[in-house]
Amino acid sequence: MNKNNIINKNISRRKLMKGVAAAGSIAAMPGFVRYSQAASSAPIKIGFQVHRTGIGAAYGRWYDRTTQAAVKVINDGGGINGRPIEIVAEDDGTDPKRGAEALEKFANQHKCDVAFGTLFSHVVIGSAPRAGELKLPYFVVSEGHHVASGMLNRYTLQPGITDVKSQVQAMAPFVRNNLGKKVTMVYPDFAFGHDHRDYFSAAFEAQGGQILAKVPIPPTESSFSKYFPKIPRDTEVLYHVMVGPAVLTFVKELGEFYGNKSPKLFGFIDSVEAVDLSTPGLEFLDGSYFWEGNPRYAQSNQTEHDKFYRSAVGVDENGASVSDSKDVSTYAHMFGCWETLHIIKNGMEEAGYSGVGDRSKLIEAVESMSNMPLSQAHPQGAKIFNGKTHQTFGHQYITKMTNGKLVLAHTTSIEDTFYPDEVDYTQQSF
Amino acid sequence: MDLGPYLLFASLEGLVHAAVLSLIALGLSLVFGVMRIVNVAHGEFFMLGAILAWWISGFVFGSPAIGFLLALIIAPLIAGVIAMSSDWLILKHLKYDPEATIIATIGILYIIQQAVLMTFGPDARPVEQPFNYRLDLYWFGFSAYKFFVVFSAIILLFSVWLVMAKTKFGLILRATQLDSETAQAFGIPISTVYSLVFGVGAAIAAVAAVLIVPIQQAHYLMGGEPLLLAFIVVIIGGLGSLRGTVAAAVLIGMSDGIISVFFSPNLAKIIATLFVVIVLLIKPNGLFGSEKT
Amino acid sequence: MKRDLFIHLGAIALLFLLEILGIFSDYHQGNFARILVLTVYGIGYNVLFGYTGLLSLGHALFFSAGLYAAGLSIYHLDYNVGQALILAFCFSVLVSLVIGYLALRTVGVSFMIVTLMFSQIAYLCILYFGGITRGDEGIVIQQSSRVFLSLDLSDPTIRYYSALTVFSFCLVFNLWIARSSFGRVLIAIRENSDRALMLGYNVQLYKLLAVIISGTISGIAGASYGILFGYVGASFAAVPYSIFPLLWVLLGGAGTVLGPLIGAIFMFYLIDYASDVTDAYMIIVGIALLLVTLFARRGLLGELRYRFFPWIP
Repeated sequence: MNKNNIINKNISRRKLMKGVAAAGSIAAMPGFVRYSQAASSAPIKIGFQVHRTGIGAAYGRWYDRTTQAAVKVINDGGGINGRPIEIVAEDDGTDPKRGAEALEKFANQHKCDVAFGTLFSHVVIGSAPRAGELKLPYFVVSEGHHVASGMLNRYTLQPGITDVKSQVQAMAPFVRNNLGKKVTMVYPDFAFGHDHRDYFSAAFEAQGGQILAKVPIPPTESSFSKYFPKIPRDTEVLYHVMVGPAVLTFVKELGEFYGNKSPKLFGFIDSVEAVDLSTPGLEFLDGSYFWEGNPRYAQSNQTEHDKFYRSAVGVDENGASVSDSKDVSTYAHMFGCWETLHIIKNGMEEAGYSGVGDRSKLIEAVESMSNMPLSQAHPQGAKIFNGKTHQTFGHQYITKMTNGKLVLAHTTSIEDTFYPDEVDYTQQSF
Repeated sequence: MDLGPYLLFASLEGLVHAAVLSLIALGLSLVFGVMRIVNVAHGEFFMLGAILAWWISGFVFGSPAIGFLLALIIAPLIAGVIAMSSDWLILKHLKYDPEATIIATIGILYIIQQAVLMTFGPDARPVEQPFNYRLDLYWFGFSAYKFFVVFSAIILLFSVWLVMAKTKFGLILRATQLDSETAQAFGIPISTVYSLVFGVGAAIAAVAAVLIVPIQQAHYLMGGEPLLLAFIVVIIGGLGSLRGTVAAAVLIGMSDGIISVFFSPNLAKIIATLFVVIVLLIKPNGLFGSEKT
Repeated sequence: MKRDLFIHLGAIALLFLLEILGIFSDYHQGNFARILVLTVYGIGYNVLFGYTGLLSLGHALFFSAGLYAAGLSIYHLDYNVGQALILAFCFSVLVSLVIGYLALRTVGVSFMIVTLMFSQIAYLCILYFGGITRGDEGIVIQQSSRVFLSLDLSDPTIRYYSALTVFSFCLVFNLWIARSSFGRVLIAIRENSDRALMLGYNVQLYKLLAVIISGTISGIAGASYGILFGYVGASFAAVPYSIFPLLWVLLGGAGTVLGPLIGAIFMFYLIDYASDVTDAYMIIVGIALLLVTLFARRGLLGELRYRFFPWIP
């Protein structure tokens, strides 16, 4: 009881001191006055949490480039309500603790309007509680199922990229109808891989298929061959997904193990994301299928929007950097940054956003979004945003590797990716 | 796959693993044996070797074998020189105090790792195999290059043993290892010997890296895992015992492969780690260690 | 009042004053809440390493024992914060008793490796039992569960005071150890365990007690971290989190009561400022480590003690 009292007293004292200090500084500091006068044209600060170091760095670099390109396009077009975007980037080291610290820095040090970014699920999950406490809108580009599963909070949204649950379940009919009905899955033995294991096997068995074996790979592994014999001989389709710096080793060893006698291969592009497909040893992938969030190679039916987006980011028609053909992008994921920034812009304009006091209005504006048609703001394709679960849904692409290039074989409908809501964030208070 | 061929396959994979591991651990063991210090940055010299191999082979056109051979010579040299200069600049001034050396080598670890990040970026970098030949062993395919790795490792281990056992330099090393003060009294330039040993230890790790990098990619964070494993190998083998180090590397490399045949992968890792703990609890000085540490 | 007591209580009072007078900005208030919890972890590590001379490379095991005991009991069993803390305390005692009993069969470098391996096993188990722990992704402890004595622990000011309270208890406890005869036996073991044995002390028992105290304080730090910051994940059980407390303690000064605090503050702000300058901010940490070892071998506070204030405990 006693302690309780002391603390309450302290809070009020603290607030009082702050109030005095604030009043004093407004009166005394010329800078402060100038700022409030110029508020209407002051930049909108977006904290960008990025994997510059750690195992996610290959993704982070391209997330960064895409973000810079999107900001340039938006600012050239007049910014948000006439205010330019200013990106405040902070490395999260692909580590949840650092990720949370980055959000604190955005909110309290840099006074950012919103935070945005990052891919790896554990960083998002480690950071999201802080976003909720700091009341900082946090737009993630992670494709994890964490947002829609209901474990996060009202301040965390994923409007620019679909989640793994919807991606995986939309693949099941295609695999069953075109590749075979006996599948073995190889996946990393941590939460991302477990999502693949659980949601794909459920969806695939619902299609009348059969999962013969599940081969999890420990996350610390740097060599994979010894796990391949666990793949049963009568496997018709090998479903593979791997992430991290060792992905090239993974596919090369897969090729070495099977030669040209492999079962049919269906992989998530993560297994070769940022990997140059002309690397020696990857020839065996020819004829295999991949899920792609957004096709890396410019397709014959390329939209003008993809063309625009591609050139704005500086990616050639093979998905590599225009300045270095060996520098392959993370094309299947990074569009999410572009689209998310455009959604933030639309949301802010919709909400008449003028400053941090309007953060909850911004979230409500985004929650009320639904159809996002294919456009320059959404070059990957049309999307349907679910304001209750804070998760977007969209088309998925299946490409076939043909003569060293990934050629579009199938596009799922948006409806293929739906599943029942697991949460209604709009019921939570701000 | 049937159990027989599966075991054969796992043994082959384990052998490759053991070969590389014994080289990395050999470097660590040499440094520990002679200088009585724990080099936490050892894994970074391994990483440096791998990254340099990628960098060097990028300059060479034509057959990948030329780039590879060039890397095999130059990368360990550079790694060795960097190690020697860090010994000369830093460790010497700490008088090889065990605790201070641990923290200093952690510092060196960060500096090398981050310098590589700044210079070469965070991406995984491939190096082409000097020759690309897949042996079809009926049940499964196996890269001929992996046999080459094992073969090279054996030759290297044998030459290190020769140097240690038969040459004057080896004699000096052994004398320093046994009693550095007495060795100094007999006119052995301890300071130079230490620098050399630190450099050679790093160079051996870099050689291991150049050998492995056509199979696994170079990446600035790749040094952590081999450091841990090499540590375990050196301790299990018994500190400072080269014979023990090689035996432990084979034991750990092979068991890691073979245990994975019978258990789910993550469980296999847990069991293999537990196995190390049990060995140490039963024989705290390692399998071949005798002296107290 | 004795001057050493004065210094340490003064440090605690200063940390209270900084908050009461509103000197912290929101950003630094949040940082210090985090630093204080991590310092508790450092204090736990220091008991074993700084005072007893046992170098463990596996303390992330103890930190995550507390972290997961608290987090999982709240998440799955709907424990309240008080119950979760009690469970985390008991579990940490149990884990450190078992690990200590086994690991202390070894000494020196083998002890380092055995603790490292135990910690790796714990890490792999967290991943292996992903159904319960959600593996590397981890779990979020919702704001509504983080209430203690009707105080909302996610409120920045209350969080700061909570962290400071836990810190103060552990610091005073550490000071008491350092001044007690028990602590002197630990130091005797650090300086020369054979002689301590000859003097008739049950060295093995004292070492075991040191592991239990050290592990339990680390566990309390873990539990506090999970409850105050709302996230429980496997990355806290990985190798770097075993190295961090070693660095804080070495930077601040091994075997000094305030060393872990100084080390943790120093390293936190070093990384914070360096990350504004370069992506490769850890290079600055590396350089700092080298400078400290070259010019302040005993750590910042340790060096002060050595040169000027030999009475600092």
